[in-house]
Amino acid sequence: MAKWFQTALNSPTQSNDEMTKPANNVKLSVRNLDFYYGNYRALKDISLDIMENKVTAIIGPSGCGKSTLLRTFNRIYELYPGLRAVGEIMLDGENILSRKQNLNLLRVKVGMVFQMPTPFPMTIFDNIAFGIKLYEELDRQSLAERVEWALHRAALWEEVKDKLHQSGTSLSGGQQQRLCIARAIAVKPELILLDEPCSGLDPISTSRIEDLISELKSEYTIVIVTHNMQQAARVSKYTAYMYLGELIEFGVTKEIFTKPTKKATEDYLTGKFG
Amino acid sequence: MHIVSLYTRRRLINIVGLALSLAAMLFGLFWLGWILFTLLRYGLHGLGLQLFTEMTPPPGSSGGLLNAIFGSFAMSAVATLIGTPVGILAATYLSEYKRTGWLASATRFINDILLSAPSIVIGLFIYSIYVERVGHFSGWAGAFALSLIAIPVVVRTTEDMLKLVPNRLREAAAALGAPRWKVIVFIVYRAARAGMLTGILLAMARISGETAPLLFTALNSQFWSPNLNAPMANLPVVIFQFAMSPYQDWHDLAWAGALLITFGVLSFTILARFLLRKKRNG
Repeated sequence: MAKWFQTALNSPTQSNDEMTKPANNVKLSVRNLDFYYGNYRALKDISLDIMENKVTAIIGPSGCGKSTLLRTFNRIYELYPGLRAVGEIMLDGENILSRKQNLNLLRVKVGMVFQMPTPFPMTIFDNIAFGIKLYEELDRQSLAERVEWALHRAALWEEVKDKLHQSGTSLSGGQQQRLCIARAIAVKPELILLDEPCSGLDPISTSRIEDLISELKSEYTIVIVTHNMQQAARVSKYTAYMYLGELIEFGVTKEIFTKPTKKATEDYLTGKFG
Repeated sequence: MHIVSLYTRRRLINIVGLALSLAAMLFGLFWLGWILFTLLRYGLHGLGLQLFTEMTPPPGSSGGLLNAIFGSFAMSAVATLIGTPVGILAATYLSEYKRTGWLASATRFINDILLSAPSIVIGLFIYSIYVERVGHFSGWAGAFALSLIAIPVVVRTTEDMLKLVPNRLREAAAALGAPRWKVIVFIVYRAARAGMLTGILLAMARISGETAPLLFTALNSQFWSPNLNAPMANLPVVIFQFAMSPYQDWHDLAWAGALLITFGVLSFTILARFLLRKKRNG
């Protein structure tokens, strides 16, 4: 057993009194999900449950379909022609893959933060306010309060409180990513999807974002796709290991990392490939 | 030894290539410089307050170009007002709604043809569908012809600029639950606004010097002609007419007009470059 995840598992972000079996409330439940890029089948019969107010990590080598899976949870793939998901994804008991699902309302409920920081070409304040104003009519005062709240939650307020009216693109990479997290939180989603949120960031920014994830998990259900196994071990309660479009193993992070039941998972975790 | 000779050869090729490109650049700049020099030499002394306050004169008396300047300005403005929304909407369709498919390819193809269509053909086209029906030349007809020249320029540059906006920005906005039109108007347009403005300026630069489409549409007027529904004076046609005439004072006015147009176009282009550079830095 490598030393790093022993340390990671004992880090203070993991409390020991949490249950070790998937239980509690299921927030999102995936059943027999297939995903196609044109004729290419990128996801094969995926079934898993995402637990409410927990962090679930999806790991696996490049091209295994982890981002593809994440992108079905808010159906962001619909922006591109020729992509389709077949199966069932139940969010609070409703199948979001149904034709009747209003995509915009789904995305208000399911927020997403991407690999590259994507500040909008507008001020820091407007970056946060943009999403809020889409579905809520707040007066100036409450809007400003909500923006401040979101920036506080994303641990960015202290750094930007004096330059709210500067461009969002003027921030550093790590700050931009926290701005994007603040933007996602500001509309008060129930589920937050993080697609390799730290892959472009330096170690210090990464650790700030990981702290933030630990902070946020009490209020939000979080799914994080990551390349970084240490990160999965540090921040998540549950881990899904994917390979070539299939879900190989899914369970409590601690168990996946210490005694994986499948040989493939162990090989990946111990660095034999990937 | 072999490596040294390869290196020498590459250095030589590099020097020859560099020298050829430099020569080509100087060749181009030389003619441009000559044109500007000639314009300044013959046109500069015609520049005066009178140029902007008096009408085009009959031969042998003094005057200015006020009616022509106003006419050019009015028709270019109307053409820009027509061409910009049409061009931007078409480019939005091509970039945001249908990047592929037969309608998009057909539109792009036709737009490219329109972009390089001889402008006299466009003038004749407006003559046959508009001037002939209403029975007289007019500023409107001139503006319509100019707008047909402006549209493809705006479509092309706007589409290019919209396509430069990274998809992750669209995804990020859509992921907040923004409907498509809001993603386009508030995020994509905003990200591309400097480039889009540049396209509009380039279209204005292009149409402000066009002569051929105005010959059959706006024609010309020797008098103060602010009515868009009547023949309208304009700089290119005045320059054409005055330059072809045998009178020296008309020649001088033609030179001054040419100088005016050239520096107008130059300043539009410089402004466009400046906007683009600002965008790249910010």
